[in-house]
Amino acid sequence: MRAEGVATVVGDDVDTDVIFPARYLAVLDPQDQARHLFEPLGPEINAKIRAGGVLVGGWNLGCGSSREHAVTALIGAGARLVIAKSFSRIFFRNAINNGLALVIAPDLAAAIADGDRVQADLAAGTAAVNGVEHAFPPLPPELLALVSRGGLWSPRAA
Amino acid sequence: MGQTLAEKIMSRLAGRSVSAGDFVEIQPDWTFSLDDGIGLIDRYLTANGVDRLAAPERIAVFYDHYAPADTPLHAHVQRVGRLLCARFGIERLYDVGEGISHQIAVESGLVRPGQMVTNTDSHTTTTGAVGAVGCGIGAAEMAYLWAHGRLWFRVPESVRISLNGRLAPGAAAKDVVLSILKTVTARGAIYRSVEYHGDGIGQFSLPERMTLCNMGIEMGAKFATVPFDAVTAEHYRNLGIEVGDPPRPDPDARYVEDWAIDLATVEPMVSVPNRVDDVHSIGSLPEVRINQALLGTCTNGRFEDLAVAAGILKGRRIAPGVRMLVTPASKAVYKRALAAGIVETLVEAGCTVTTPGCGACAGIHQGVLAEDEVCISSSSRNFVGRMGNWTARIYLGSPATVAASALAGRITDPRSIPEAVP
Repeated sequence: MRAEGVATVVGDDVDTDVIFPARYLAVLDPQDQARHLFEPLGPEINAKIRAGGVLVGGWNLGCGSSREHAVTALIGAGARLVIAKSFSRIFFRNAINNGLALVIAPDLAAAIADGDRVQADLAAGTAAVNGVEHAFPPLPPELLALVSRGGLWSPRAA
Repeated sequence: MGQTLAEKIMSRLAGRSVSAGDFVEIQPDWTFSLDDGIGLIDRYLTANGVDRLAAPERIAVFYDHYAPADTPLHAHVQRVGRLLCARFGIERLYDVGEGISHQIAVESGLVRPGQMVTNTDSHTTTTGAVGAVGCGIGAAEMAYLWAHGRLWFRVPESVRISLNGRLAPGAAAKDVVLSILKTVTARGAIYRSVEYHGDGIGQFSLPERMTLCNMGIEMGAKFATVPFDAVTAEHYRNLGIEVGDPPRPDPDARYVEDWAIDLATVEPMVSVPNRVDDVHSIGSLPEVRINQALLGTCTNGRFEDLAVAAGILKGRRIAPGVRMLVTPASKAVYKRALAAGIVETLVEAGCTVTTPGCGACAGIHQGVLAEDEVCISSSSRNFVGRMGNWTARIYLGSPATVAASALAGRITDPRSIPEAVP
């Protein structure tokens, strides 16, 4: 399974309230949710993710509330890949179970600057950043398979 | 090698002995959801043609985030949830006014020691207070659990936190858990199961244990739990519920980390914007004037919390220009506070009492903040925008700190008020 795009970089401990505020939790369609993605931080991050498709975080990305909108709004905005030094447990699960490709890699995340082009092979555990190769431990095959078929509910070809 | 509480409970559910790092496919004892997640669950079930649920008797639905509905969209989602419960034979619907899921689950005895709770709410760690384990999950996986009955989980590594000695007067369980966060940070326990032990654990009542476990998620934990003991046993005895011989962690269980807290050194603490782990002793803060004080939430909205505030506010008035909101965690808490005269004391002091539930904490309703306003809150999160405004600032403290601060109009050490230091 491969994913690529242009990186939008955010910092450490980015919480799901900032990614998707609670006042919009009754918005159910991912395309509609995407309008509110990162709303507290202004329109710029939202536009960059729509254009580039790759979100890169620091430590503990997606901490706080269990709202899966933080993941599905990313998917609705066209995100194809999320890379971080570490993830909060619930965000991690929501990404896997909704079919959003995810890489846990402290060195790789640290090596990516905003606007860098990133190509990842999730099964091989390799990523190219502006043409430079990096390695990371791949997810367990069962979880990769779950991501590949689009998560628990939306079967699609790998 | 012995087992931690998480390993014991997940072994029972897996039907085999499992240990940290194993993946299991299991049916948790409870699969709860809330008004802020029920719309998504309905969407997944409908889109996938699900016409029966695997175990409706393991489901309960709680209306706590939007109750009572503040917008037509929230009213609609609550209606969708009521129709869903009727359609699938879900008998446990705790509708508007009943209170917060975690509070009801513990105070009513719904959750028993040794059980595993899942809920579409990150603060489900709270239910670990009764010697159970609880974790938040997303809506897609909850809908999947409701439909299919089983879901993948990883058995977590465990951390032991030993609470030793005795808490000083004027310090609260909230101050203990804020002290822990200061040390271990918001990512100190990611994916781990936090077990509270130590020679001082017996002094914490069940409501205080709920506060300790509640903020386990703020350390990143999957579970936070206080193993079954005499305090837990008394809770179920008072409810007339027989719990048998619940599982406890083995003495030789393996913990990846061991942390110890000397309770005597814990002072009133405040978490300052916008990080839960940016924690300071209250005396070290500069003057912080406040616009709003919030007493409530799954962290600190229990009878005992309201009683502490009433003890401080009795016969006094909150500062001019300050709004103090009191949101009982449940209808049972509300009724008990009414009967004890606590509600009257709080209202006489100038407080506004709102419908039991999550209240203003999530920034949805019942007291959102204006731009640049400052709130002292007994809740658990002070993220940017958490209480509805991107530029408002939220400070977190104990119920005593919230009440003392409302009186003074600025963040105030509760120990400066004689009634707060028994």
